[in-house]
This record gives sequence, structure tokens and C-alpha cells, in this order.
Amino acid sequence: MKQAVQAEELRPPVTSIGVIGWIKNNLFNGTPNSVLTLVTLFFLWKTVPPLFRWAFLDSAWHTTGQACREAAGACWSIISMNYRFILFGFYPYEEHWRPFLAMMILVGLLFYSRDRNHWKKTLAYAWIIGLFAMGLLMKGGLFGLPSVESTQWGGLPLTLLLAIFGLTAAYPLGVILALGRRSKMRGIKVLCILYIELIRGVPLISLLFMSSIIFPLFLPEGVTFNKILRAQVAIILFTAAYIAEVVRGGLQGMARGQYEAAESIGLNYYLTMRLIILPQALKIVIPPTVSILISAFKDTSLVVIIALFDLLKTTQSVLSNPEWMGFSREAYVFVAILYFLGCFSMSNYSRKLERELSRGD
Amino acid sequence: MVGFLAYYLVSNTLINLERQKIASGFGFLHKESSFEIGESLIPYSAASTYTRALLVGALNTVKVAFIGIVITIFLGTIIGVARLSSNWLVSKLAAIFIEVMQDIPVLLQLFFWYALFCETLPSPQEALTPGAGISVCNRGVAFTIPEAHPAHRYMLLAILAGCVIIYLMRRWARKRQEKTGQFFPTFRVGIALLLGLPFVTWLTFGAPLKMDVPVLEGFNFQGGVMVSPEFIALLMGLILYTSAFVAEVVRAGIQSVSKGQKEAAMSIGLRPSLVLNLVILPQALRVIVPPLTSQMLNLTKNSSLAVAIGYPDFVSVANTTINQTGQSIEGVALIMAVYLFFSLSTSAFMNWYNKRVALVER
Repeated sequence: MKQAVQAEELRPPVTSIGVIGWIKNNLFNGTPNSVLTLVTLFFLWKTVPPLFRWAFLDSAWHTTGQACREAAGACWSIISMNYRFILFGFYPYEEHWRPFLAMMILVGLLFYSRDRNHWKKTLAYAWIIGLFAMGLLMKGGLFGLPSVESTQWGGLPLTLLLAIFGLTAAYPLGVILALGRRSKMRGIKVLCILYIELIRGVPLISLLFMSSIIFPLFLPEGVTFNKILRAQVAIILFTAAYIAEVVRGGLQGMARGQYEAAESIGLNYYLTMRLIILPQALKIVIPPTVSILISAFKDTSLVVIIALFDLLKTTQSVLSNPEWMGFSREAYVFVAILYFLGCFSMSNYSRKLERELSRGD
Repeated sequence: MVGFLAYYLVSNTLINLERQKIASGFGFLHKESSFEIGESLIPYSAASTYTRALLVGALNTVKVAFIGIVITIFLGTIIGVARLSSNWLVSKLAAIFIEVMQDIPVLLQLFFWYALFCETLPSPQEALTPGAGISVCNRGVAFTIPEAHPAHRYMLLAILAGCVIIYLMRRWARKRQEKTGQFFPTFRVGIALLLGLPFVTWLTFGAPLKMDVPVLEGFNFQGGVMVSPEFIALLMGLILYTSAFVAEVVRAGIQSVSKGQKEAAMSIGLRPSLVLNLVILPQALRVIVPPLTSQMLNLTKNSSLAVAIGYPDFVSVANTTINQTGQSIEGVALIMAVYLFFSLSTSAFMNWYNKRVALVER
């Protein structure tokens, strides 16, 4: 009993614990900080309530464009009335379940791959089968699915397709370039350095121009290439240079002893790389690779400029409809939220992975 | 094999070019461009050559990249420091800003700002005036500027002279401090020189005060300086997007300096400003500069997205040129060459700066 009383007497003052203590410590410690907090609070009070009113209270959610113009707030109807077109573009309306299913497969695969315990050979096969199934669902022509020309593909599936296939194909190319940059053969080394530095020095848009305007000139008469595929090639070539630099960082992080040990047990170059160096080097660079995936995902929005109907372009074509003209803010906010969700979950995952890896499992 | 492939591609290209009756080579550069460019730093008209048009585009790119880089470093540093603030509210707001801006494609941000500018602001007749001499409308922002006067040129010269004097003064002050230990307030004297010299020049020219005020004439403003909505949207998108990345770079740099450094500096009796200037910043800069360089390059490269909102940057002008002349190979090659030049010169400058701040092992 006596002890309990003592413990109570030793409790810190109310102002330094609990909510008050936290507020005092984190918001009002010292005059400058207090002023800063008050100014920030004033700023928030001035901006957040009107924004909230605009977005939720005064907004129109499921009306025609005409009714929207009379509403004082945001016009979310532009999304609710057009979301099918924004998400799927010119894909035939009755077949929208196919790209949707393809996206679900992708999300499922990504979700399953989150856990590092699942990183086995079976997962690689699952990805190959999954990507193939996605392609089949999009393209059709087999198993009674009507064929859909790739010129009709658009919206979110196209964005995801460009990002995922872009990275999958760019990864091996990037690894080869990184190995080439560290090669002892001068010619290969110089070629790889030239390629990497050239690509990293120019904006993606110039490569997209190249693929859309110049590339057709390279082909013999009569041969044409699919427009999406050309943009995809440009994205792959671009991303590969960045991956090469990341992988090079991983290769440089390898201790010399690893090479020497591999040599001393008589492994040749190919086996050294495949069995000893790359598995370790690629593991180090997983977090920066995820950042490259994020920027590749964001960069796919640039195909707007060569008039592919990705998520951004479908949104813009809704905006060019006279009924919905002038509601760009709402439409762009919606697209921004989609991109944000994608990128935020990836960057969160990359941070989690970084923590796990730095713990040295 | 590579040679054979190259031969195959080149021969195909030549055949195709001949079929489309496109003459290869850069001869088109001397022809009359016959298109107008919205904004230009140098005199330009539709009668000028393609070379001049492309130069205008390149200068516009430089303009937006330079202004963008300066503001981005400033804003990014503030946000990066705010992220580390002990004030919970400020730190969390900075974190939200960084995360949101990093996760939205820059092109989307450009479209958003451009749409915001064009759709929500009033027409020139009902322009907003947030401050004296500034008018904001959907055609752009009109600023009042001092009317052109010969004094301005001399004031600029005075600023340049001030810079030279400050440079010499710093060298002299450092030498004197090394020899005698006496401290000279370089910073305060420098500021006084930078402000004082142009002011004295201005006074000697009789203090010209006449202003060039933008006036509404017909459908748009005349006089003053008009900044186009395209430029503002482009600048805003680039600044907000890149400063989020710069903030992260700055945060990492400051965090890389161990706490003991600050404590040691304070224990030998340095003032807080000197702790920051002499101990923390030199060490943090070493970590900050290389990633900062790549962010600056990213900003320059991303400025090529101007073509999507119609700001006449280099890519936009080159694209018009390609559409008019059909010289696609030369056009894209020019785009690549110009950006390579920008990239290489920026990184050369930053490498030079990096060498200055880098650790000198003794």
C-alpha cells in the first residue's frame, strides 16, 4: 500500500505527459515554434475547410454536365458518368471485364509477391503464366474470346501494361548493360558507356518521338509496327539505361574477395556472374529498382504526347467533350489519385523492404 | 553482325526518304520558318530562319530551367529543413507535400496547373489584382516594371562590379584572418555593397521613378511584362515536383552529419550561425551535391514536357519544325544533341562545384 502511494507521488507533472505534454513538446516548445504552429494552423484553417466544402459538401456526384455547372462545388459526375471510358478507353464496352480481369491478375500477383518468403521459382512461373494470361485476355482471339485490336487498347490497362512489360524487358537488358560497362573488353565497355550516358542525358520524350516518327523510316516499305509496341520499345530502352546504373552500383558494392573466391574454385565468367555475383548484387539493389519501377510507371504518362490512349489521354478526351468541358480539375484530381495510390503503395513497399534488408535478415 | 544491321537500316532509311522526297541534311535550317512563336527572349518573327526559331526555343528552355532550378533549390531546402523540424505539424505537412508531389506524374501536374490557370481565372477585363501593379487573368500575369532607362544598364554593371569586389574582399579577408587572426565582416559588407552600389548609381542618374504599367487594351494587357499561363504552369509543375525530391536530398544530407559534430562545434563556443556555416553545411553539402545534380538534370529534361501544354521550348519548336519540313531524323537528333549539351554542361558545373566541397583527404 505504502509503495503504491509513493509511486503515485512520483508521477511526472500533468503538463509533461499525455496529450497536453505531447502538444507542449511537439508544437509549442519555445517561442519560434509556437509562432510557427499558429501560422501553420491559421493557414490550414484558411485552406482546408473551403477545400472540403468544394470537394464534398457542395459537389455534384451523379448528375449530367448541365446540372454540374449549376453546382457550387466540385463536379465528380465527370468521373462517375465517364469512368468506364477513362479506365478502359476504346476497348469494346461489353468486353470491359477482360482488361479488368487482367488488371486483377496483375494486382493479385503483385500482392502475392510482396512477401519475400514467396520468392521462389514457382513465383517466376506464376508471373510468366500471369503475364501470358493478361496478354491473352487483352488481345483475345483464342478460347472463343473475340479478338480486340491493340489500337483499341487504352486507359489504365495500357498504362500498367507499358509499365510492367517495360520493366520486365528492361531489367535483363539493364543487367547486361551494367555487366558490359564493367567488362574488360574495351569495345563493349565503350559501347555500353556511350549508350547509358546518351540515354540518361536525353529526355524520354525524344526517344518517344524517335519511336513514333523516325523508327518507321528504318523499316523496309510495307512493314509497319504496332504503335503501342514502338512506344513500349522506347520505354524499355530508356528504363534499361537507368537500371544499368542501379545494377552497376550493386556490382561495385561486391567485395573483391567474392570474385577471387569464385575464380579460385574454377568458375568461368558466366558461372561467376550467375551463381555468385548477380544473386548478391541484385539483392542489394532491390529498393532502388523499385524506385525505378515507380518512375517508369509515372513516365508512361508521357505517351500522351505521341497520342496513345493511356489513362491521361482518355481523361483528356472526356474533357474535350462539350458536355464535360471545364471540369479539368476534378478529372485530373481523379487521375492523380490513381497514380498516387499506385506509386505510394510501391514506395511504401520499397521502404519496408529496405528496413527488412538492412536488418540483415 | 552489328555492321550488317546498321547497313540494312541505313539503306532502308535512304530508300524511304527518297520515296517521301525528303532531302536529308541540315540545309533546311537556313529556310524561312514561317511560324510564330508566342514568347521569345530575342527578336523573332515568322520571316526568321529555322535556326533562329530553334535558338528561341533553346533560350526558352534555358529560361524555364534556370528559373526553375533556382526556385527549386530554395523551396526544396526549406521543405527539407521543415521535414526535420521539431514542430510536429510542420514536419508532417512537409512529409505529406513530399509524398504527394513525388507520386504524381509531372506531366499530370503540368496539365493540372495549366487547366487551373485557364479555367478558374477570370478574363483580362475582370482581372484580379492581388497586389499593386500585378494583374492576374487567364491570359497570364501582368507585372508593372520600371520603364526602360539607361540607368538600368549601369545598375547591372554596378552589381557585377559589386560581385567582383566581394570576391576580392573575401580573398583579402581570409588572408588577413590567417595572418593576424582579425575577423572581417565579409557578409555584411558584401550585402551592403550589393545593394548600395546599384542604389548610388540609380541616384546619380537622377533616381528615375517612371513605371511601365500594364493597361487593358482591347482583349489583353499592353505594357509591363506579361508572363504567359504556359510558362507559369510549366514552372509551377516543375518546381513543385522537383522540390519534393530536393527536399528528400537535403533531409538526407543534414541527417548524414552526426550529432556529435554539432555538439563539438557548440562546445568550442561557436555561435549557432557559425555552427551551421562552418561545421554542418560543409559536411552536409558533400552528401547533398551529387544527388542534387541529378535532380537539376531531371528538371531540365522534364522541361521538355512543355510541348504538351504549348510552351515554346526547344522540343516544341523542333516538333513544329519536323512537322513542317519532314526532317524528322535531323529534328530528333537536334533535340538529343541540345539536351545532351544541357546535361553535360550542368553536370560539368556541378562536378566542379562538387570538387570544391568534396572531402580533402590529407
